[in-house]
Amino acid sequence: MTNQLFSGTGSLSRFILRRDRIRIPIWILSFVFATVATAVAFIRLYENAQERQAIASTMENPAMTAMVGPGYGLANYTSGAMMAHQMLLMTAVVVGLMSVLLVIRHTRTDEEEGRIEMVRSLPVGRLSNVAATLLVLFLVNIVLAILTGVGLYALNIESMELEGSLLYGAALGATGMIFASLTAVCAQLSHNARSAMGLSIGLLLLAYIVRAIGDVGSEAVAWLSPLGWIVRSEVYVNNIWWPVLMTVGAAIILGGLAMYLNSIRDLGAGFLPARAGKIHASPLLLSPFGLAFRLQRTGFIAWAISMYVLGASYGSVMGDMESFFADVDLMQDLLVPMEGFSLVEQFVPTLMAVMTIIATIPVLMAILKVRGEEKNDRIEHVLGRAVSRNRLLGSYLLISLIASFVMISLAGLGLGTVADAVMDEGFDVGMAYQAALAYLPAVWAMIGVTVLLIGWLPRLTGFIWLYLSFSFFVIYLGSLFQLPEWGEKTTPFGYVSAIPLEQFDWLQATVLTAVAILLIVIGFVGYNKRDIGK
Amino acid sequence: MTILKTTGLTKKFGDFAALDGVDIEVGKGEVYGFIGPNGAGKSTAIRVLLGILKATEGQATIFGKDVWKDAVDIHKRVAYVPGDVNLWPNLTGGEVIDLFIKLRGGNNKSRREELIRRFDLDPSKKCRTYSKGNRQKVALVAALSSDANLYILDEPTSGLDPLMERVFQECVREAKAEGKSILLSSHILSEVEQLCDKVAIIRQGKIIEKGTLKELRHLTGTMLLVETKEPMPNLAEVKGVQGIEQRDGALSFQVDQEELDHVVRYVSGFGIIRMESAPPTLEELFMRHYEGIGTGGAL
Repeated sequence: MTNQLFSGTGSLSRFILRRDRIRIPIWILSFVFATVATAVAFIRLYENAQERQAIASTMENPAMTAMVGPGYGLANYTSGAMMAHQMLLMTAVVVGLMSVLLVIRHTRTDEEEGRIEMVRSLPVGRLSNVAATLLVLFLVNIVLAILTGVGLYALNIESMELEGSLLYGAALGATGMIFASLTAVCAQLSHNARSAMGLSIGLLLLAYIVRAIGDVGSEAVAWLSPLGWIVRSEVYVNNIWWPVLMTVGAAIILGGLAMYLNSIRDLGAGFLPARAGKIHASPLLLSPFGLAFRLQRTGFIAWAISMYVLGASYGSVMGDMESFFADVDLMQDLLVPMEGFSLVEQFVPTLMAVMTIIATIPVLMAILKVRGEEKNDRIEHVLGRAVSRNRLLGSYLLISLIASFVMISLAGLGLGTVADAVMDEGFDVGMAYQAALAYLPAVWAMIGVTVLLIGWLPRLTGFIWLYLSFSFFVIYLGSLFQLPEWGEKTTPFGYVSAIPLEQFDWLQATVLTAVAILLIVIGFVGYNKRDIGK
Repeated sequence: MTILKTTGLTKKFGDFAALDGVDIEVGKGEVYGFIGPNGAGKSTAIRVLLGILKATEGQATIFGKDVWKDAVDIHKRVAYVPGDVNLWPNLTGGEVIDLFIKLRGGNNKSRREELIRRFDLDPSKKCRTYSKGNRQKVALVAALSSDANLYILDEPTSGLDPLMERVFQECVREAKAEGKSILLSSHILSEVEQLCDKVAIIRQGKIIEKGTLKELRHLTGTMLLVETKEPMPNLAEVKGVQGIEQRDGALSFQVDQEELDHVVRYVSGFGIIRMESAPPTLEELFMRHYEGIGTGGAL
């Protein structure tokens, strides 16, 4: 019987490792490297206990607790305690995401593509594929745990002793294991790879949110989420092992459940009822604009929420910013005090620059979608009907412009409203919003460059991402590395009034907008002249 | 009345001429077959006709309007089915059909439902779950339920099963009966043979033969299968005889139209037991143009 179920599991496991011989090492090494590098950065950034204690005081608010988990050892904020507090949960979520992606790839995606069918036609057990996938994922997470633990210990930092370091790694590995098993269960429930992935990532986010609510409000609620268990191992403070072991146990039980569900279903079937799709299109879909928006709707909403959360998370630390700046030398290099403005106010333009450059990503994605559709040979369905090229490109441009307004507004308002809520003396929300909107002409100029590329150099549209990364480097790190003034004039983001430190420069904004319009017009001319195709 | 006309149509990608002086003309109520192997230039020609690619040289008009400048006006009366139907994975077939009908302008509900039924399509499924044949059905339903004057169909049946192929052929005949014109690109020769009034054969971007099927057959001649009492040792030297093959004790060969009388007289001298004659199939016509040349892609 076991032979019927598990025959060939070993070969399949090796086959999975063979297929992912690049992917898996990249994942593992990224985690190890990022973790070790962060630990090193913390040591460099906070040179003594006094500086660490200053940052600890900024952590004692519900917003931070919701974001990174409860702060154990805040009273004696050693480098180890800081590492576990600020990094463990966030890293664990990404490890969970890795497990979700890898498990879906080897279960439901393979099933959907018909590859499982071919494997099952060979003398291979019914459960071998699920078993092999989980086996590989458990192995990956164990290796990840050991390497991370050893890596942290090897830094030879006083507060990061061997047991704590191994527990840190084990907490990450256990999270990866439980989400691997949970995803394997989801892969049995859903009918297709996409909804299985949606369900798994949804559960990951739910686990994060339930833990956030629990950490802020009630300890009992926090225990409902596996991420709540993980942070309660109190790494580098009390080093409690049983929550991590409990997580591994739960992962094994869930893995068994996934296999049971796999054994009682047909290939290609799922347990959740498949909803029948719409037979008729909603009137909102029936235009080039409607189609363009529909194709990007989910991503648009997800980005909008993320931008608000990003703004809000910056806003949440505003309250204790002053004391934080006063104690950290590096930050004082970054911000030279200016007469008449508080340090928080001085920090606003830099924050806005970072947030708007991030907000530019969904904006450019919206306009570049028209090029993606072209590459996928779907644009001819639209242009082959009574739709002009101007109307087509214009639809995507309009979405991009709406995105620029929505994303930047949400980032600015997120920062303003949350800062106002957590700061004792309050925060000027209007000022934050103005500072954000001041960046709109710069974002439009980036749209202009993109439209120009789409119109004239469609094969080189990827160049815009390089330019955006360059802009980020020049603007954010420019002041830190003492780059000359003209450096930031090479990107549109260098032509923005630094509100509240400067008055809004109408002339500069108008010129930037005019340049954007000109680039867009030239781009449209090119788009009307060129061949459509790959 | 001419619906579609190209003169000296040329499209170059760098130095490579994908189309080289193509002249075709589709009249009202005509089904025009456009045949050639993969890579011969069929889809390029169709994309130029749709104003998606810009011709390097030459003229192309539909309804007397320029295909590049007046693309939008033309497309209001044109329905198109691409060869490779890529759809949006997260929309249902029904949504895509509605979208396509709307983007062309015009609305024919009852026709849509009828075609969905005839092609046996489930419009409630997401496009990601459709096979190639089902994606083609979506494009066909959207194209055929529109009230167009010209249908441009690029290998529309390559993923359909024989039953659905028959439904497709019925639809084309109905459209023709209503006076619509159809440009049908294909490499399924039996399909072209059954449906088309005129045929153009394209190879390496050039039209190498065109005309009605009757005219093309006249060019090639008749297939004969002859069994005689006595062997015919010198048949190969008779003028107008080509491609002799031994088949079930008889000889099969092709005879040029103008030499037919002369050849039959010669053969009868050997005492005919059995004689069958047939017009050449399109496939034979086609192979004649491609065999021995060895270039231009495989069928």
